[in-house]
Amino acid sequence: MTTQKRFNRFLIYAALVILAAVFLVPAYTVVVTSLKSPDQINQNTVWNLPETWYPQSFFEAWEAFAPNLMNSFSLVIPATILSAMLGSLNGYVLSKWTFRGSNVLFGLMLFGMFIPYQSILIPLFQFLRRIDLYGNIPGLALVHVIYGLPITTLIFRNYYAEVPTEMIEAAGMDGAGFFGIYWYVVLPISMPGFVVVIIWQFTQIWNEFLFAVTLTSGTKYEPITVALSNLAGGRAVQWNLPMAGAIMAALPTLLVYLFLGRFFIRGLLAGSVKG
Amino acid sequence: MARFSGSSTSRDRLIAMLMLSPSLVLLGIFVYGFIGRTAYSSMTDWEGMAEIVDIEFVGLENYRRLFTGLLEVRFRQALVNNLFFTMFFMLGCLVLGMGLAVLIDQGIRFEGSFRLIFLYPMSLSFIVTGTVWRWLFNPVGGINRLPALIGLEPLKVRWLTDRSQIWTFNWQNLPQILAVIAAVGLGLSAYRNWRRGRTWAAVIAAGVGLLALAWLLLGGAAAVQTTEYPEDHGFNVALVGLIIAAVWQMSGYTMAMYLAGIRGISEELREAARVDGASELQIYRHVILPMLQPITLSAMIVLGHISLKIFDLIFVMAGPDNATTDVPGVLMFTTAFRANQFAKGAAIAMVMLIMVAVVIVPYLVTSLRSEYEL
Repeated sequence: MTTQKRFNRFLIYAALVILAAVFLVPAYTVVVTSLKSPDQINQNTVWNLPETWYPQSFFEAWEAFAPNLMNSFSLVIPATILSAMLGSLNGYVLSKWTFRGSNVLFGLMLFGMFIPYQSILIPLFQFLRRIDLYGNIPGLALVHVIYGLPITTLIFRNYYAEVPTEMIEAAGMDGAGFFGIYWYVVLPISMPGFVVVIIWQFTQIWNEFLFAVTLTSGTKYEPITVALSNLAGGRAVQWNLPMAGAIMAALPTLLVYLFLGRFFIRGLLAGSVKG
Repeated sequence: MARFSGSSTSRDRLIAMLMLSPSLVLLGIFVYGFIGRTAYSSMTDWEGMAEIVDIEFVGLENYRRLFTGLLEVRFRQALVNNLFFTMFFMLGCLVLGMGLAVLIDQGIRFEGSFRLIFLYPMSLSFIVTGTVWRWLFNPVGGINRLPALIGLEPLKVRWLTDRSQIWTFNWQNLPQILAVIAAVGLGLSAYRNWRRGRTWAAVIAAGVGLLALAWLLLGGAAAVQTTEYPEDHGFNVALVGLIIAAVWQMSGYTMAMYLAGIRGISEELREAARVDGASELQIYRHVILPMLQPITLSAMIVLGHISLKIFDLIFVMAGPDNATTDVPGVLMFTTAFRANQFAKGAAIAMVMLIMVAVVIVPYLVTSLRSEYEL
């Protein structure tokens, strides 16, 4: 290796380390601030480590946020499962049972994932109030299932497009119908598709805010994002609490990302339609 | 697209359509039906929670007010904010994402760990990001304290509370400005099409561009009635902090897209270029970058539509009632759900929808069409 090349290597690593540090700065601040007692939080020492560790922030934040975390879980789990199941079925139809006009319908479905949800928010709010699903978890879950359909359908459709049609035809020869083929041929090889979709939907619904704040604000069914924004938006906040709350709100999706990152990235890249 | 037709019965085909229909009906109502409903509401004078009060049809009056009415100056600044935000957010994500992807592609050690670090913000909620960055942009602490760590004076940047505005223009000149942008853009497009031998496209672009120019020069643009009084709008400096936070969150996404693109370019192609005597830098410049152009376009569209809808980050970082950092996404929410001005909120929402649709519809049509031609 020449000196020039060695120097280039050094520059590459230096740039990477500096950028990584920049990306980690917010994480450092959150953790450090969350572990300081309110009287230790002083703007002159924001970057210092806590003098005495103060894990009480987390107990207090837990007390404040536990119900909201429960709300988030009881929203996210059913909504994720339902939208994944519907997406799988839709993807199967749209890849293996295409009919005249199905591509246009698919395009019309996809448009639904790009719209600004503000453009449906007022009628949605009215409609949910009329059918008594405003201000509760089932209503919010329903909304997430419906507006999650385009992306789950898209991911499954692209996934099933890779399944050789001969496999389907062979099963058809053996006398299997629509459901038989789905159950015995398609579903058993759908696991990776389900992992991608479930992780994606879990992250999206957990992190979502616009529907949550419009449809549950002020009720006891606020998910964690709404509760955190209420706390952080207040004027004279003790900053250790929102920071501990932010960690709690971030942890579920962060853990999923750390352990199942490559599936997360696949979902991420699927969002650009062609997949 | 493979299509299974072999021994399928028409009964099975019918079942397939039936299984798809619940989703189609739901999306039909919740997307298209509700958009239609919003469009209708935006053309009424609906205010207040009582829904039975007599609501009158007022046509495009709400839109006229938003773009020219004296009282709706906040919407116009929100629109300008959103456009500046979108521009710098996209630019930041593309440049940083590309840089990160190229660095990571250098056959480095700990590649997985670096990728993990650059992408983790993507897994967080904008609410978490906003909470944290609001703390970092505290005028007397956070980022401003960083120089003090090595003994320098702390910074005095006001970040989110800055009230200054740069690059201002008079809203009354907007028609002229748009005409200039259209003429220049179409001129460039005509030139590019001409160079690529697409004569017709070039002629059409040049023709429309000349029309815009003529409209401008003959005074058509100046004659358009906008606001009654001169009204300055521009880039609010307070947006810089919000843009930094958004770029921090989303540049990992462009990195992942570019990295997937770079890895998709065969090593053979690079090797061939090396054999021809190209340096690593030249390989990037002449082999890899040109092949990444379609990815840049996809990334711009995805980032652009996220940015045109941006809501949560601004809501939690700057507050929903902050006129300086307002964007249509937040203004629609406060107008409709805090002030109960539903008609006006619906009109803002429709403007947002049109902006997003202009970006998304051509993209959807071309990517679905090209897929089926394969």
